[in-house]
Amino acid sequence: MERRNAVVGRAALFGARRPAWFFRIVQWIPAVAFIGLFFYYPLAAVLRLGVEAVLQGEADALPLGSAFRVLGFTVFQAALSMLLTLAVGLPGAYLFARYDFPLKRFLRAFSIVPFILPTVVVAAGFESLLGPRGWINLALQQTGWIGRPIPFLHTLGAILLAHVFYNTSIVLRTVGAAWERLDPRLGDAARVLGAGRRQAFRRVTLPLLMPSILAAASLVFLFDFTSFGVILILGGPSFSTLEVEIYIQALQALNLPAAALLSILQILCSLTLIAVSGRLARRMEAASARVGIRAARKPASTAEWILAASILAALAALFLAPLASPAARSLLRMDAGLGERSGVRAEWTLEYYRELFYNRRGTAFFATPLEMAGNSLLAAAATAAFALAFGIPAAALLSRPTRIDRALEPLLLLPLGTSAVTLGLGMLIVFSRPPWNWIRSPAMIPVAHTLVAFPFVVRGLKPAFAGIPERLREAAAVLGASPWMVWRTVVFPIALRAVLSSAAFAFAVSLGEFGATSIIVRPDFPTMPVGIYRLLSQPGGLNYGQAMAMTTLLMLFCAAAVMFIEWEHQPAKPA
Amino acid sequence: MHSHAIEHQTRKHVGLGRCLPAVLGTSVLPLILLAGCAAPAAEPSPRETRTVTLMTHDSFAISETALQEFEAATGAKLAVLESGDAGAALNKAILTKQAPLADVFFGVDNTFLARALEEGVFETYASPRLDSIPAEYRLDPGNRALPVDYGDVCINYDRDWFAAHSLDVPGSLEDLAEEEYRGLLVVENPFTSSPGLAFLLATVAHFGPDGFADYWGSLKSNGTVVVDGWETAYYTNFSASSGKGFQPMVVSYATSPAFEFLYADPPRDEPPTASLLGPEMCFRQIEFAGILAGTEQRDLAEKLVEFLLSRTFQEDIPLQMAMFPVNPDAVLPEAFLRFAPLPAEPAVLAPEEIAAHREEWMNVWKGVMLS
Repeated sequence: MERRNAVVGRAALFGARRPAWFFRIVQWIPAVAFIGLFFYYPLAAVLRLGVEAVLQGEADALPLGSAFRVLGFTVFQAALSMLLTLAVGLPGAYLFARYDFPLKRFLRAFSIVPFILPTVVVAAGFESLLGPRGWINLALQQTGWIGRPIPFLHTLGAILLAHVFYNTSIVLRTVGAAWERLDPRLGDAARVLGAGRRQAFRRVTLPLLMPSILAAASLVFLFDFTSFGVILILGGPSFSTLEVEIYIQALQALNLPAAALLSILQILCSLTLIAVSGRLARRMEAASARVGIRAARKPASTAEWILAASILAALAALFLAPLASPAARSLLRMDAGLGERSGVRAEWTLEYYRELFYNRRGTAFFATPLEMAGNSLLAAAATAAFALAFGIPAAALLSRPTRIDRALEPLLLLPLGTSAVTLGLGMLIVFSRPPWNWIRSPAMIPVAHTLVAFPFVVRGLKPAFAGIPERLREAAAVLGASPWMVWRTVVFPIALRAVLSSAAFAFAVSLGEFGATSIIVRPDFPTMPVGIYRLLSQPGGLNYGQAMAMTTLLMLFCAAAVMFIEWEHQPAKPA
Repeated sequence: MHSHAIEHQTRKHVGLGRCLPAVLGTSVLPLILLAGCAAPAAEPSPRETRTVTLMTHDSFAISETALQEFEAATGAKLAVLESGDAGAALNKAILTKQAPLADVFFGVDNTFLARALEEGVFETYASPRLDSIPAEYRLDPGNRALPVDYGDVCINYDRDWFAAHSLDVPGSLEDLAEEEYRGLLVVENPFTSSPGLAFLLATVAHFGPDGFADYWGSLKSNGTVVVDGWETAYYTNFSASSGKGFQPMVVSYATSPAFEFLYADPPRDEPPTASLLGPEMCFRQIEFAGILAGTEQRDLAEKLVEFLLSRTFQEDIPLQMAMFPVNPDAVLPEAFLRFAPLPAEPAVLAPEEIAAHREEWMNVWKGVMLS
């Protein structure tokens, strides 16, 4: 069958064929202004401090040799994590795009939950499964297959597994949305023309999905590349990545020159990766939009049921087990027995939830879970609004880019590939004095979150917008629709699933407190992750139980919010 | 604004009017959104209540009653800026010393004291209350940093575990390297954890700068486990916590057993843990407060420091922050008297010595433990 590359029009949103540079500039203003002010300006300030110190000879010995060793490991683990995440995520994306099954909506919403959990909690979840006294090792030892427990924590395997756990939802949703938009008749046509199932997939479906796969893969890689908590907690002290080194140099050793140097190294790598993935994606861009056909259906044959069920079971095992662990602990009172697991008695209790609402120590600034949830919700809603407002115009431009747009794209995505510590310190320096004395404003929290969420919107929407055939826009325009109407009635409905998915990610990024917020100073605005950390940093079973209860609330809260965002979506019907 | 006639509606004739909603929607609206959200608070007028700001670490806590007492006495509001762990918070204060974010800083400890003084983040303030504070806590003769509380980083052990295994608890640092304690201790990485660094310093104080590396070598070959931070060590590896891990000994605080008693679930008569208090097995941490150089509210800053040293706040400290007050008049809660005994001989190092060699010692440790 014929594959036609998308016509690269000069204007995306307005559909004007004549040079529409004016509109392009107008469309670029918000995103460029936002990223420039809140990302590049602080980044430049902190890098300048570091470089100046080096030039003035004030810097201590810069650890160049070890920096490159650390860089090597950082790239290695990120690449490996990314490949594994794709291997798990793509079958999942296929399942969600092509089949209807019970609880599908709930599971789709819930799939984003791992993305937001504090690493400390995830580590505890994995530990209860895979640790030396975890259920799996206990079971294996009971059967006598192994003598000593298989080590899990502080291995490369733990890092990889946690990265897959965290980031599979990116693949599931980004690629899943593209797969849903695919016109299934394309594959059917190939089959009619004599292609086998596999050939049809390889020659038709895969090329059409490739832009979204690359978009997801590059996001996953960047997340793994700048991973911090997973390396620190699950990898343990013998693994180090650039992000961890930057944190130690900047915040523990106050060696800004070294931190700046490492940051520059990290930024160069991120930029290279973004540019390469963008170039690859461009080579493969093709238009394909579904026109009012529901591609998802119930599995028809026994074979299909088995396939769907086995993919689902694998995903559930990987994702639900570590999540179930904190949830169970929040409801179970474990009587610390004689220091042995066998001596533990457990009983059901709601006490930890009750205790969350009770200010036992009479602490000032005490916040109930409801207040924290309210703060989290406020920050997340603001983040989603910002990210869409700045991201949609940028993604629309980038879906039909000129040369200049292409040059701008990596600069928009860079915040994801930059150390949160570096960025946070930069914000601290430039926003703590006039004219922009904003560092103590709670509004800085969604601003910092938006920098991380924005790339999701751009990378998630670009393939969606690019995949809309020019014919549809032309037809609408010929029938008398204004460019704005074309956009509202044709482009937006087709891309709606991707828009909602991006919004959900922006929301989740904020709920999970990603990035620079941990580094900027915190006015009295406690969010749920902050509450969890606060409880976890104190001894006593009651505090631990409360931390698990708060985690469980955060999970439910996130799933509910994402469901709410995506619930009322029906595939667009052609007018 | 004019609009085109219907018959001219091909895409070649698009006027600005037609695009206005889109132009507005894509450029002006986000900026309005942002401006609306990020507008800085207006400058307070003189009639409004003044606010005094305390920059501190994430573990800071104060009771509602103490806070109300301060606000009633001064007529000012207290704002608290939490800024990460102790090291991160100080480093943020240093980075913003040209334009301080707060009036007072609380939470620099003796391991970071020399750096704070060297960077000049504090103004001198000789509080009249200083005379009543024991000299051993007043480490800054220049009175820029004033002691507020102290505590000890000690090894906690699982009492049930040792009883069940009929094993005596280690009486000294040297004992920890003995065969019968193989694999029973979990410590934190000093690069990422404040108690981890404190325990490393205890070994430096006890074995000397030339001897501590060999000692850590013997700990390593005796199966000592290293994790990143206190939360992991305590709640995952430590056998007496809900993690039910493999190590019945963990580097924590001398006050942790009192908290295990207060927050036991279900309630117990005695905590499941206790501290090892042998000679130089614990490292004494002292926390200081200081007026940030360049504050525009010196009067309120002084009142806040006075309040931090007053009996009201000092008696608040144990249950809110799990430390001991430096004010000798402050009455301790019963749980502290019963379950948080202090070591007779804590390990001590001069702040200047720590500042001069901290990185070096940490790197020696790294070479031994993580190679």
